[in-house]
Amino acid sequence: MTDPALSDAVPIFLFVACAIALAVVLLVIAQLFNPARPGRVKRMPYESGMDPFHDARRRFDVRFYLLAIAFLVFDVELLFLYPWAVASHPAAVPRAATVAPTDITPPQTAPAVGIDAAVASGLVENRTLVFAGAMLFILLLVLGFVYDWRKGVFQWR
Amino acid sequence: MLSTLIVALIKIVLALAGLMTAAAYLVLVERRFAAWVQDRRGPNRVGVPLTRIRLFGLGQPIADGVKFIFKAEFTPGHVDKLMFFVAPLTIFIAAAAVFAVIPFGSVLPQDFLPAGWGVSEPIRLVAAPGIDVGMIYVFAVGSIAVYGVVLGGWASNNKYSFLGGLRSGAQLISYELPLGLGILGVVLWTGSLRLDAIIARQAVGGAWNCVLQPLGFLIFAVAACAEATRLPFDLPETEQELVGGYHTEYSGIKLMMYLVAEFLHMITASFLIVILFLGGWHFWGITGSGEAVTWPVALLRVAVLLAKVLGVILFFMLARWSWPRFRFDQLMALGWKVLIPLGLVNVVVVAAWAEFGPALAARWGISDPLGLGLAGGAALLLCWLVVAASDPTRVDNSPRRRVVTPDQDVEEIFN
Repeated sequence: MTDPALSDAVPIFLFVACAIALAVVLLVIAQLFNPARPGRVKRMPYESGMDPFHDARRRFDVRFYLLAIAFLVFDVELLFLYPWAVASHPAAVPRAATVAPTDITPPQTAPAVGIDAAVASGLVENRTLVFAGAMLFILLLVLGFVYDWRKGVFQWR
Repeated sequence: MLSTLIVALIKIVLALAGLMTAAAYLVLVERRFAAWVQDRRGPNRVGVPLTRIRLFGLGQPIADGVKFIFKAEFTPGHVDKLMFFVAPLTIFIAAAAVFAVIPFGSVLPQDFLPAGWGVSEPIRLVAAPGIDVGMIYVFAVGSIAVYGVVLGGWASNNKYSFLGGLRSGAQLISYELPLGLGILGVVLWTGSLRLDAIIARQAVGGAWNCVLQPLGFLIFAVAACAEATRLPFDLPETEQELVGGYHTEYSGIKLMMYLVAEFLHMITASFLIVILFLGGWHFWGITGSGEAVTWPVALLRVAVLLAKVLGVILFFMLARWSWPRFRFDQLMALGWKVLIPLGLVNVVVVAAWAEFGPALAARWGISDPLGLGLAGGAALLLCWLVVAASDPTRVDNSPRRRVVTPDQDVEEIFN
């Protein structure tokens, strides 16, 4: 409990534990009270009164698979953009957390952070370079997106 | 440390109890609202048990809950037993756990607890106030819902469920991208992933993000509606064609978990829309940011936030009865061909303004938010025109093969 990041995360684990406990309690209560009357027809899959004629898990359209791959690329790209979005906040414009009144100010110990700090310490030449890098990153992604579109990944019929 | 834990536990219990009650009563609200739209009465009979007092049907959710407990909870013979059991638990727990980082107010006054309790700063009305990556957490836990739906559909071994699971898997992952792109603009503008910081940023300036980034707001609202699988995006369920989709085979308390999770998703989506784009607890003339937090102010902020959330939920319900359901190809076209490109445009516009805007605004003699609002409005107008003119969702319905009619000569076709 000495690490502040760890103790900050404790309420989340507590929340998840409480949610699990709630779900289990609901299941147990229902298990105590519900009637059990199994039957042959009840055990069949419900298919609007028709007798099912084969297993449901069969081959499906490969487009779902293509879509999932496209999603993975985009999602990872999004995750890469979040740190940039946080870091690129200009130091001249105070972060909301610090301009806000004291009643909602989160405890902030770190002084200048983000790209401006990196520029100040000489790690990066200037801000525009980082911005251009981010735009290039998005542009590469757009190229892939256009390729997917032209290949018909998003075409359903 | 112990006092912090106790405070956290109290907030968690309050949040969970409030959520379960809200989910139950939103079912009643939804049914009464539907009845109002369709010009009928809706459930108005169940009141106090064993009496004839009706109370506008306020007893209905309690009766429904009791009914779910006493209903037979049956596991059919053809299912994958373990997955069939795990799927509703997964979606229920994930839907509830998102609320660990969502603020439902600002703070309680400093003098709430006596000094000896070891709580040095004002109590923030969010279960896990120390988390700096709130938005990422919401995303991570929110995505787990896909597992519940796909697992449920797969484990049921039923053709309706299987199709429903596939469809919802595709829908949920597709609309997660515009959702993330819509948030990215807000994160760029705020410089923080904390939800309370995002509210504070809007409260300090008084300019809500829905005005500054109208394009992002529209994209996020549509995508949030789709993520909550509300009509017109309820293709995973589609009572009329898939008979409930992924939960066709479920009954009793497990079915209840799916239904409650669905309402929790709607509540989450409404909270996020309000916090990210509609100013959270801020409202001009009622709650501002500079005032000292006393009890009336703290309660007023909670009330404003919850009123806004209720308003968004009512809008979702109105949307449900106003538009017909999409076809699957229309849904995919809207997600991939309209919302994602527009989301990228929004990110680029906001990022470019964050980079070069302050200098431009100073040169033109306008304030920074006003400039972003103008740029955002121009972007929205331009995108609207381009989408309307090019119509990327247009579907090519021509047949895949040449159609041969009986009276056509075979020679003629092949030559």
